[in-house]
Amino acid sequence: MSDSFDIRDILHEAGSRPRDLVGILHRIQDRFGHVPASVLPAVAKHVRMTSSEVYGVLSFYPRFHLRPPARHVVEVCLGTACHVRGGDAVAEELGRTLAIRPGETTTDGQIDLRTVNCLGCCAIGPVLHVDGRFEARVTAGRAREIVLGLRRVERKA
Amino acid sequence: MMRLAHPGHLEDWRARLREEASSPARTIVVTAGTCGRASGAMELAEAVRAAIESRGLSGRIGLLITGCHGYCEWEPSLVVQPEGYFYGRLGPADAAEIVEKTGLQGRIVERLVYKEGPRSKAVTHLADLPFYRKQLRRLTEANLRLDPERIEDYVQQGGYGALAKAFFEMSAAGVIDEIKASGLRGRGGAGFPTGIKWQLGRDAAGRPKYVVCNADEGDPGAYMDRGLLEGNPHSVLEGMIIGAYAVGASEGYVYVRAEYPLAVANIRRAIERARELGLLGENILGSEVHFDVQVVQGAGAFVSGEETALIASIEGRRPHPRQRPPYPAESGLWGRPTTINNVETWASVVPIIDRGAGWFASVGTEKSKGTKIFSLVGRVRRTGLVEVPMGVSLRDIIDDIGGGALPGRTLKAVQTGGPSGGCLPAAGLGVAVDFEALARAGSIMGSGGLIAMDDRSCMVDVARFFLGFAAEESCGKCAPCRIGTRLMRGILDRIVAGLAVNSDLDRLEALAVTVQAASLCGLGRTSANPVLSTLRYFRDEYRAHVEDRVCPAGVCRALISLTIDPALCTGCGLCRKICPVDAIAGRPKTVHAIDPALCIKCGACVEACPPGIRAVRSGPVQAERKAPGRGRRRS
Repeated sequence: MSDSFDIRDILHEAGSRPRDLVGILHRIQDRFGHVPASVLPAVAKHVRMTSSEVYGVLSFYPRFHLRPPARHVVEVCLGTACHVRGGDAVAEELGRTLAIRPGETTTDGQIDLRTVNCLGCCAIGPVLHVDGRFEARVTAGRAREIVLGLRRVERKA
Repeated sequence: MMRLAHPGHLEDWRARLREEASSPARTIVVTAGTCGRASGAMELAEAVRAAIESRGLSGRIGLLITGCHGYCEWEPSLVVQPEGYFYGRLGPADAAEIVEKTGLQGRIVERLVYKEGPRSKAVTHLADLPFYRKQLRRLTEANLRLDPERIEDYVQQGGYGALAKAFFEMSAAGVIDEIKASGLRGRGGAGFPTGIKWQLGRDAAGRPKYVVCNADEGDPGAYMDRGLLEGNPHSVLEGMIIGAYAVGASEGYVYVRAEYPLAVANIRRAIERARELGLLGENILGSEVHFDVQVVQGAGAFVSGEETALIASIEGRRPHPRQRPPYPAESGLWGRPTTINNVETWASVVPIIDRGAGWFASVGTEKSKGTKIFSLVGRVRRTGLVEVPMGVSLRDIIDDIGGGALPGRTLKAVQTGGPSGGCLPAAGLGVAVDFEALARAGSIMGSGGLIAMDDRSCMVDVARFFLGFAAEESCGKCAPCRIGTRLMRGILDRIVAGLAVNSDLDRLEALAVTVQAASLCGLGRTSANPVLSTLRYFRDEYRAHVEDRVCPAGVCRALISLTIDPALCTGCGLCRKICPVDAIAGRPKTVHAIDPALCIKCGACVEACPPGIRAVRSGPVQAERKAPGRGRRRS
C-alpha cells in the first residue's frame, strides 16, 4: 500500500465482499479526491477480487477518477432540459475560455472541466456545478465570468 | 433512544409528539431541496432564523426547513403558515421584513408577492398560484409540512401508521390484494402492475428475499425521485418496509445515484433513525418481521438504473444488464427473489395502505390509476415538479400549470419519457397522461420527464442529443446498442452539419429499427425512440437540414448565421451585453451589428432580444456552402 494513500481504516471499517467494492471506492474517492491506481491491489485483496476486476468496475463508472482533481472542478450539466436552454453553448464557451476540451485540465493544472449527464436541477437550467456549488440559469457569458472568477481568486491567494 | 417494541408505543409516541409540538402562532417554511439550495435557500433560511432570534421571537414564529415543494422556477421561496402566504425569488435581505410583517403581524409584504408579469394580478397564497392550482399533490404535498431530517415530524403527521396497520391488521396476502386493487402501476417507466410484481416476489422460491428501491434516476430532464427522497425519505422507507412484509423479504437496498448527495444524506439519516426506533431490524414494532435496509450509491452510469444492471452493480460487478427472463422477482440479487420498485412507487404504497385502494383509484383513468409526478422543464414559463391525476392531458400540464410557451415563443413539441421516450408535436398534446394513450401516440410515460420545446428547439438537434447520450451511456455489452447508437449519432452529426444526403435518412431509420429490435436491454431497445418519433412527426425538419441545408429553428450552427435587423433594432444593448465573445458592436440607442468573424452562434443574443422587438434573427448561412464530401446535391 502506498504511504501517501493510507486506506487501512477504510478497508477495516468496510465489508470484504464484492458487494462492498463500490462503497469502498466511493469512500476512497471522498477522502483523496480520486482513486489512486496504487491502492487497487489492496482493495482487490480485501474484497477477494482480482485487480483487473476491480479496475473493470472502477473504470466503468464515470464518477470515479484515477487522477487527482484540479483545485477547481467545473461541471457543465448537459441534461435535456439544460440542453434545450443552451447548455451546449455554455460548455463550448467554457472550453474556449479555458482552452481545453471537457474531460481535460487547464495547462496550469488549476481547473478541471467536465460535462455530466443531468444533475437533476432541470427546472433552473442551464446548470453549472462549481466546486460542489450549483449555479442556476447560467449563460455562456456568465459561465465565463464564473470560471475567470476562480482564476482571479487564484492569483490573489 | 427509545425503542418502539409494540404498535401501541408508536401511537403513544405520536400522541406525545403532538402534545409537545410547540405551536408558534406562525411558521415560516423555507423550501430547500437541491434546486432551492442552488438558488440560495439556505442563506435565506439562515437570514430568517437570525431575524427571528434577534427579535426574540423564537416562541412565536417557527422556522421549518423542508425539501422541495416543486415550484423550482421561483426559488428560493417560503410559505408562511397557517395562512399559506407565498413569497418567491427572495434574497436574505428580505427575511427581516417577512418575519416582522407577515410572521409577527400577519400582514402581506406587497413587494414580494407573486406576480406573473408586471401587469398581472398579485397572488398571495400558495394554493392560488397558477402553478399549483390545477395540481393534485397527494404524494408531494407533505414535503411542505416536514423537516426531512426529523422522523418526529413524519411520525407526528401519521407516519409509520400504515406500517403498523399492515403488520397488525392485515395479512401479507391482504397487503398484496390491496395494492392489486388500487391499480398501482410501477412509476419507473414500464408501468407493470405493482401488486402482480409483489405476488410474483412472494410466490418465488428461495431465501433470503430482497426488496430494492431504484433511485438511480438517470433520465436527463427528470428529478421526481430526488424530490421525494430529499423531501420525504421516510415515506419511501415505510413503503419498502410494507413491501418487505408483503413479499417476505429480510433485506432491502436503496440504490441512489451519486449525483444526488442531498437525497443520499436524507435517506441515510432516515434509515438510521428508523433503525434506532426499532422500525428497522429485528422484530419490527414487536412483530415477527425482520428487515433492514442499506444505501448503495451509484457512480454516474445511466445503465445502472436498468433493473438487472442495478442488481449487478449492487453485487459489485460492472452494471451490465442481462437477458430477462428470469425476472428479478424470481432471480435477482445473488440469484434470490428480488422485488424492485422505483422511488415514487414505494412512496405510493403508504397512502394506499393508509386510506385504501379505493381512495387511490378514485382518480385516474381506467388502466392508469392515481396521481403521477412529472418534472416539467424546458422552454415553458413555469417549471418544476408537478403532480396531477392520471388522465389529464399534456396540454393541461403544459398550458395551465406550466403557463405555456416562453414570451414571444410558440410551443413546438414535448418530449416525454427521457432517452427512452419520444417527442410529441404541439398539435398532439391533447393526449392524456395514461400509460397506453402515450404509447399509442408514439411516446411513453417513462418515469415522468416532460421537456417542453419551442420554435427555438431543433428536433434534429434534440434527436442527436439523445443519441449522443445513448451512445455515451451504452454499457457496450451488446453490439446493436453499442455500435448502432454510434452510427445513428454519426448520421445525425452529418445532418446538423449540413453534410448529409437523402439516403442518410433511410439509413437512419433502418438503423433505428434494428437497434430497437435487437438490443439486449430496454435501454438499448428504446434508445432509437427519439429518432423514430422525430422522424414520424418532424420529418420536414430533417428534410430541411438535408435537402435545403437549413435549420428552421436556427439552432444548428453550421447551418445558420445570426444577424440584427436594422429596421427593428432599438439599440437597447441587451444582446451586446450578453454576447460572450464581444461580437456585437453598437452604441446605446443606435442600431447594433454582429461581426460574423467573431460570432460563435451561441444564440444568447436571440434569447436576449426582447420578445416585442425580435431584431436578432438566426437565418440560413449567408456565405457559400461547403460541398458535402459525398453523395448528390439537390439541384
